[in-house]
Order: sequence, then C-alpha cells, then structure tokens
Amino acid sequence: MSQPVRTKMVPAPSHGILPERDVNERPVLEARNLGIDFGGLHAVEDFNLIIGRTEIAGLIGPNGAGKTTVFNLLTKVYQPTMGTILINGKDTAGMDTAQASMMGIARTFQNIRLFSNMTVEDNVRIGLHNQFRYNMFSGILRLPGFWSSERRMHERSMDLLSIFDMQDMAGAIAGSLPYGAQRRLEIVRALATNPSLLLLDEPAAGMNPHETEELMDNIVRIRDRFHIAVMLIEHDMKLVMGICEGICVLNYGRIIAKGTPEEIQNNPTVIEAYLGRQKEG
Amino acid sequence: MSKKTIDKLLTFGMVIAAFIVCQVMIANGAMSRSLRGQLIPICVYIVMAVSLNLTVGISGELSLGHAGFMSVGAFSGVVMAMWLKNGLGVSNTLICLSAALVTGGLFAGIAGVLIGIPVLRLRGDYLAIVTLAFGEIIRNVMNCIYISIEGSSLHFGFVNPKLPGKLLVNGPAGATGVAKMSTFVMGFVLVMITLLVVLNLIDSRSGRAIMAIRDSRIAAESVGLNVTKYKMMAFVTSAVLAGMAGALYGLNFSTITASKFKFDTSILVLVFVVLGGIGNIRGSIIAATLLTVLPELLRAFSDYRMLVYAIVLILVMLATNNPTLRTFFSGLKPGKKSSAAKEGKQ
Ligand SMILES: Nc1ncnc2c1ncn2[C@@H]1O[C@H](COP(=O)(O)OP(=O)(O)OP(=O)(O)O)[C@@H](O)[C@H]1O
Ligand SMILES: [Mg+2]
Repeated sequence: MSQPVRTKMVPAPSHGILPERDVNERPVLEARNLGIDFGGLHAVEDFNLIIGRTEIAGLIGPNGAGKTTVFNLLTKVYQPTMGTILINGKDTAGMDTAQASMMGIARTFQNIRLFSNMTVEDNVRIGLHNQFRYNMFSGILRLPGFWSSERRMHERSMDLLSIFDMQDMAGAIAGSLPYGAQRRLEIVRALATNPSLLLLDEPAAGMNPHETEELMDNIVRIRDRFHIAVMLIEHDMKLVMGICEGICVLNYGRIIAKGTPEEIQNNPTVIEAYLGRQKEG
Repeated sequence: MSKKTIDKLLTFGMVIAAFIVCQVMIANGAMSRSLRGQLIPICVYIVMAVSLNLTVGISGELSLGHAGFMSVGAFSGVVMAMWLKNGLGVSNTLICLSAALVTGGLFAGIAGVLIGIPVLRLRGDYLAIVTLAFGEIIRNVMNCIYISIEGSSLHFGFVNPKLPGKLLVNGPAGATGVAKMSTFVMGFVLVMITLLVVLNLIDSRSGRAIMAIRDSRIAAESVGLNVTKYKMMAFVTSAVLAGMAGALYGLNFSTITASKFKFDTSILVLVFVVLGGIGNIRGSIIAATLLTVLPELLRAFSDYRMLVYAIVLILVMLATNNPTLRTFFSGLKPGKKSSAAKEGKQ
C-alpha cells in the first residue's frame, strides 16, 4: 500500500482533536467522563473522546485495557456508571442497545456474532430491518408491501455485499463461511443499519497480511462511499498507523495518550505501556 | 424459484395430497373406523406441533406449557359454540365451529400475552420451568370454573357450582353435553391456516428478526431489533394457534375435562417437535401424524410410549447441554448444509 496522505488534525472544542475537514460539522460521537465499574474494578474511567463526522479513529491498548468495554458502553450493552455519550449531538442516557443502533451506531464483535444458522443475505436483510418496514400481517398475507420491501431489501443487500465481492455467497449459511468472510459479513451487516459511526472490534484478527491490506483499503473506501466515521480497535499496528487519523490509547481503563499516528508512535508513555518500563539512562 | 419457496410448496403439497387421499379413502369406505376417529386429533396435534415449533425451534425458547394454551382454547371455544347453539339458537354448525376457533385463538392469545410478559424476561431453563408451572396453573384454574347457560345469557362461577340454568362447564368434571361439531375438513383448513401463518412468518421480516434473536441476542440488539417485541410475537402467535387447535379438539368430544391438557400433553407435543427436528416444520407435521396414528395401529406399542418419551427427553437434555451432540443434531436437520451449497447462486 502506498504511504497514506496524512490528514491535518486540529484541536477540537473539547477533549481532543478532529480532522480539519470535520471541524465545522457536529462530531459523530462525544464521550464525556465515561466510566464503568464491575464490582469495584474500574474497567473504564474518565474516558473523553470526540470523533469527527468522517474520521477514521483508532482505539488501541494492551490486552484487558478496556477497549471492548468502551464499545460495549457506546452501544449500551453496558450502562455506564458515570459520564455522557452523545451520538450526533443527542444524549443516549437511558437508551438500550437497539435504540443506540437506531441513533446511528453500528458495530462488529471481537468474537464474531453472526446469525449463524441463517443465510448471508438474511444476515444483511436483518441489518436492513429498520429501514424497510412492513408489519407482520403484510408478511403473513403476502400483501403488496411485503413484495416491494423484500425486493428493495434484496437489491440493497446485494449492493452492500458487493463491497466485499460477496454476492456469490448470498445463499450460503453464514456459520459455514470461512473466518475472514464471516468478519467481512459482520461489517456488511453493520453497514446495512445505515450508521453514522461504525465500530470495528479487531476487524483484522485472524486475517493474513494480504487480507489485512485489502481490509485497510476497504475501510477507507467504506468511509468515503458512505461518509461515515469509523472507530476501530486493532492490535495490528500496521493497520492502525496506516489508516487511522486520530488514535486513542487506553491502559488499565484510562486514556494515556491521544493524537495522530506520528504522535502516538513517538509518545514515551505509550511505548512504556506496550513495552514495559524502559531502563533509565 | 428460491429453495425456500420450493420447500414451502412441498410442505403444502404434502398436506393437501394427504387430505385428498384421506377423503378418497373415506368415500370408498377404505378407512377403518378407528383411523377415521383419529383424523381430527391428527389435525389438532399437527397444529400443536407446528405452533410449538415456532416457539421452540424458530424463537429458540423451550416452552413446556403448550397444553395450557390448548386448554384455554378448548374451554373458551366450547363455551362459545354451545352458547351460540343453545343460547342464541344458531343452528349452522359451521358458524358455531368457526366462532369457536376464533374465540379459542383469541383467549389463548390473551393468555399468551399475560404469560409472555413475565416469562419472556427469563432465559433458558428458567423459562422452561415457568412455562411448565403456567401450564399447570391454567389447568388448575380450569378445574375451578363453572359456566352455565340460561336462556341466551351465560353465567360464570369460580369455585361455585350453584349457577342458574343448565351447567355447561362443571369444574373438575369439565364441559359435558358438548355437541361434536368438529369436522375433518375444518381440521384440514386449520392445518393450512397454521402452515400459512408459520411458514410465511418465518420467511418475512418479522420471522427473520425472531430467528436472528435466537441465533444471537446481542447481535440482534446491535442492529436495532426490539427483542421483547419479536419474542412476544412468536410466543403469542404460537399460543393463538394452540388455542384454535384446542377449540377444534374440544368440539370433537362430548365431554372435555381439564385433565386432558396435563403436562403429559405438553411433553407429547414437544416430543413431536423434537422427533420431527427442531425448527423443521415439515418434520413436525410428519412426526405428529405418525406418533398420533402409531399407538392406534400398534396397540401393543402403546405400552412403550412412555419409555420412548423418557428416552427422547433424556436425549433432549443431553443434546442441549452437550456441544458434540448438539452439532450432531443440527447436522440431522434436513436442508441445512445442503441448502448452503445449492442456494449459492440463486
Ligand atoms: N462483564 C464484565 N464483568 C466483569 N469484568 C469485566 C466485564 N467485561 C470486561 N471486564 C473486565 O474489564 C477489563 C477490560 O476488558 P476488555 O474486554 O474491555 O479488554 P480489551 O481491551 O478489549 O482486551 P482485548 O485486547 O484482550 O480484547 C478486563 O479486566 C475484563 O476482565
Ligand atoms: Mg477486546
């Protein structure tokens, strides 16, 4: 892959930085003082983050740092014990996961969670659930609403699957797909919900270097095509440093650094967190 | 035509063909009396099994109280039919029977909503235990209900048998003097309605949502599905269909008691579902038919029925707790692996 063109990052009104092109738009996500305790364990504490409308952001940190927990907080799988989450400027306090999804937040899972007994296309159609509506009775009685919605769902599913060249697999059972294809299908399903923020939890896990390069290209293309923000958790530094514009580093549930890839790479605290304390002198 | 459509047509075709064969046999006098007496119960159990499969196989909730809904449907349906016939003097049995089915479905549906609200908050084994308890509660409540018809008005009593007029539902003695209105044709129609509802539901937006929640609740929530709504939809639809089956069943006998809808009946229907394949609608139809007919045909075999139940139930428990067996059972489900390959390029 060619050397990425670096986005200029500028200070944002509160807690952080934004891509320069997104400064005049409302940020897609704002987390303020977010925190959660698991019976005394502060899994995430004092988490402040702002993500621009079309930013590709990275969330990194050693194992057990609390990265997945942040995703679970943002998607309301866990209710935060403190702090505020604004999605597109709206407070999500008291919402559940389904409502957060309807606010425009979509995600994939670290350990893949597909609807594994259903076909690939049905997995995508379920992602389209809230955009093509008809009620139970239209479905049972096969009223016109059923046919027109199903036809449009089919077209849209195929279109979305084509992002990863997966149209040929539309009829396959999702659970029977190879690992990499399952990860890609999860991204397609998340995109089907028409999100404004896509959260990817270790999208390159288990992929070979070639697949990872393709994934990097695809993440950027998805951002450009859908004009959405992407936030990804990843241990593959090549991917993170290659496509992320702003990076946030978590250690023991706390943010220890925020900045551009260059800033993060040269940040002594980050290096220490990853490599352990360096010898003095 | 997609594989799903072909599959569906095959199921309908099978039922219609069986119906025609039965009708021809009846017309030619080629069907034995005892088998003829089984036709309506077969239809009833098909509806019971298919509707329970909606809860157990499609929605993925183990319910052990399905006979409770059948009971509610049977009593409310019988009361409606007898009130129309004796109270209001409606002489057309088709009207009485249809009204009975609708009433049975309605009341069972209401029971489904009331039970579903607390029960669907529970998961796994707890849900099974609570549905079991609800099935028993419904049966015990039915044991205490007294209903009489006086002129065109109905009188209800709870634990109190002293009601004016002619007693129709007599507590533990059940409903007596019921006019046998059920017909095989109505049974067939009810089976077709059930298949239409369940098969079309599965292959639609709502049904996909129900199955998605079964496969991964968290993922389903993450794409914006309202879990409670769709669990409720499956549970209540299943209850309504069981209620209609109950009404048909109730009007097939001159006496109907609550003890006919015991835990055994729930388990019997569950056995149909498991033997036919969890989530496999056609399998439920075949299993319900064969297992209803078999004990009649092989009376000697009927002694072993309880043994078969026991074995099957132990297998079910093993299967739900043992990953190896679970994959073995899911491999047995027809059209699962093969459909993946075949549907690849539709
Ligand atoms: N539901 C929970 N209950 C109790 N503790 C939890 C829960 N979820 C996470 N934790 C704890 O919170 C901490 C952070 O976990 P988390 O899964 O967020 O880490 P992570 O950064 O995603 O790690 P990895 O890179 O291994 O995926 C861990 O110590 C974990 O044990
Ligand atoms: Mg994680």
